[in-house]
Amino acid sequence: MNTDAILWALAVAAVLAAVVGSALGWAASHIRPDDDPLVARIDALLPQTQCGQCQFAGCRPYATAIAAGAADINRCPPGGEHTVRAIATLLDRPVCPPDPAYGVTKRPQVAWIDEERCIGCARCLPACPVDAIVGASRQMHTVIAAQCTGCELCLPPCPVDCIELRPAGPAVGNARRVA
Amino acid sequence: MAAWAHFPAGLALESHKRADAIVPVIELPAPSRVVLPLDPGTGESAEPVVAVGDVVQRGALVGRATSAFSANVHASIAGRIIAIERIEAAVPTGACLCVTIAADAAPASTQDPWPAATDHASMNAQQLCDALHEAGIAGLGGAGFPTATKLVAGRQRSVHTLLLNGAECEPWITCDDALMQTAADDVVFGAALLRRACGATACVIAIEDDKPAAIAAMTLAVDRAVDAALSLAVVSAVYPRGAERQLIEAVTGIEPPSGGLPVDAGIVCQNVATAAAVARWGTRGEPLLSRIVTVTGSGVARPCNVRAPLGTPLTDLVAATGGYRDAPLRLIAGGSMTGIALPSDDVGLGKATNCVFVATRADIAPRVDAFERACIRCGNCSDVCPAGLLPQQLHRAALADEHALLRELGIFDCIDCGLCDYVCPSQIPLAHRFRLARGRFREATVAARKSDEARERHEQRQRRLRDEAAARQRAFEEVRARALPAARGSDGIDDKSGEAP
Repeated sequence: MNTDAILWALAVAAVLAAVVGSALGWAASHIRPDDDPLVARIDALLPQTQCGQCQFAGCRPYATAIAAGAADINRCPPGGEHTVRAIATLLDRPVCPPDPAYGVTKRPQVAWIDEERCIGCARCLPACPVDAIVGASRQMHTVIAAQCTGCELCLPPCPVDCIELRPAGPAVGNARRVA
Repeated sequence: MAAWAHFPAGLALESHKRADAIVPVIELPAPSRVVLPLDPGTGESAEPVVAVGDVVQRGALVGRATSAFSANVHASIAGRIIAIERIEAAVPTGACLCVTIAADAAPASTQDPWPAATDHASMNAQQLCDALHEAGIAGLGGAGFPTATKLVAGRQRSVHTLLLNGAECEPWITCDDALMQTAADDVVFGAALLRRACGATACVIAIEDDKPAAIAAMTLAVDRAVDAALSLAVVSAVYPRGAERQLIEAVTGIEPPSGGLPVDAGIVCQNVATAAAVARWGTRGEPLLSRIVTVTGSGVARPCNVRAPLGTPLTDLVAATGGYRDAPLRLIAGGSMTGIALPSDDVGLGKATNCVFVATRADIAPRVDAFERACIRCGNCSDVCPAGLLPQQLHRAALADEHALLRELGIFDCIDCGLCDYVCPSQIPLAHRFRLARGRFREATVAARKSDEARERHEQRQRRLRDEAAARQRAFEEVRARALPAARGSDGIDDKSGEAP
């Protein structure tokens, strides 16, 4: 029997185990998957208005709470019935109607600043969860309509009530294709 | 002349095209008021360049194209602008920005604002495209797609064939037939200009075999032109032969790829009426100011073809052909299969309005009754579908809003021809459902993109706030580290009590 061959095989296996083991160990501590895949999948179904009507500080915290079983799936007014249905399908839970205690579903809307009345106090800027308001102190502010989620969070801080929510325009036309 | 047979499905419909109602084409005098839609039919409006109260000459620019999908709009009569507003119009979206001109004021100059003749012979392809763009020429076949955009795309993709669509497959419509009978030389001349503008080496004019008079006139015109690159193809009359993709497949045997455009198959497709409009520009320098439109249906006294200024109120068109009769039930812009029902006859003639169909109950009566029944899986719809789709599967997916499945089943290859409805024994409004499903699909796609953007922006903001807080904390600690030895010496502050503010 060739003991050399056995020793070589053992050595190669040991080296491989050491290399792969340390690589995996390093990866486990350094390349941590930054989120729970279930949270990400629930988050993908939420409308991303970041309005906080669910009493969580945005869509992702709400998704985390749903994943942990700490919150019901019917607390999202902007998503409405459609979102409840989608999350129920994902989690294999019964569909329930949206809970009116957290607000009512509205049509898509965007914030609009009455620039005549805006005093440039800049208080609405930090309230916007998606940085969709442009302005600076004592300068007129305006809303980037394309980025506004219609979350209404800019309304309470405004001291002169110059922000209103207007219905969002139609997302797409419906053109025909027959020549 | 060659006859081609290849065509997947389709159906020979009763054509309702009475030979005595095709020619002559009645020239309508300038109406006292025109309502010009700024949307050519693609859903994108031109931007008005005039103001209410302005007096304009015939041919003056009133709307400028702002994208590749909009076209310039010119005043089709001289007069004063009395309104620029979003109102009901004969476009797929139902309403668009329209410019209303009343002929109650004469402009200072009566001379046409365009040159008497164009030097098209000395223009290169790009200059030709630019000139056609300026002239506001858009597809007159029914879709209203800006001609120059198609030509430029064709040249960029080095197309080999210009296909002129004279099939006119839809029941009731005869305006292209009338045009080919009365202005065949214009079509041939326009074809030569279009072919030069898109760089194609060959030009095929396709006509359905139920138009012998048009075929005869076009054959003579093609012979007169003595152009080796120009040929005529006679195709059998099967609806929807004239739909762009179906015609390309029938004439060349090439199937444009799903989701692709005719230029991907090396072909630019234009309507014969568009070619005639190009010829009018070439010979007279005239921008697109008028078109031939079929006024037909059992609800009009004298069905006929009319050449009318764009924007002519449909009331005037119907009045010019003897008015209504027999209790008209519905007014449709376009034909009986793909037309758009209009809420009133007070809308202006659009560039893409090829037909005004005044339907009585007899024309559009349902076969049995007005009720929809359950699908019985007979498969008639998939037998006739010219796009080779499975309408009953699509229908189930559309009802369930299964967007991934809809895409997989090819909902975007549906050409809205309406044949599946037509043959459905359960009277299910399939084409209508598919149109709505496509709208919802697009809306969902846009909403998903918006929500992804919002998530991204929110996450970026969270990161920024975290970084700012960390920077403040670091600055605070630096200050504290510097101040601490001195503080400890003087009043003995406990260094464990100092948390970031």
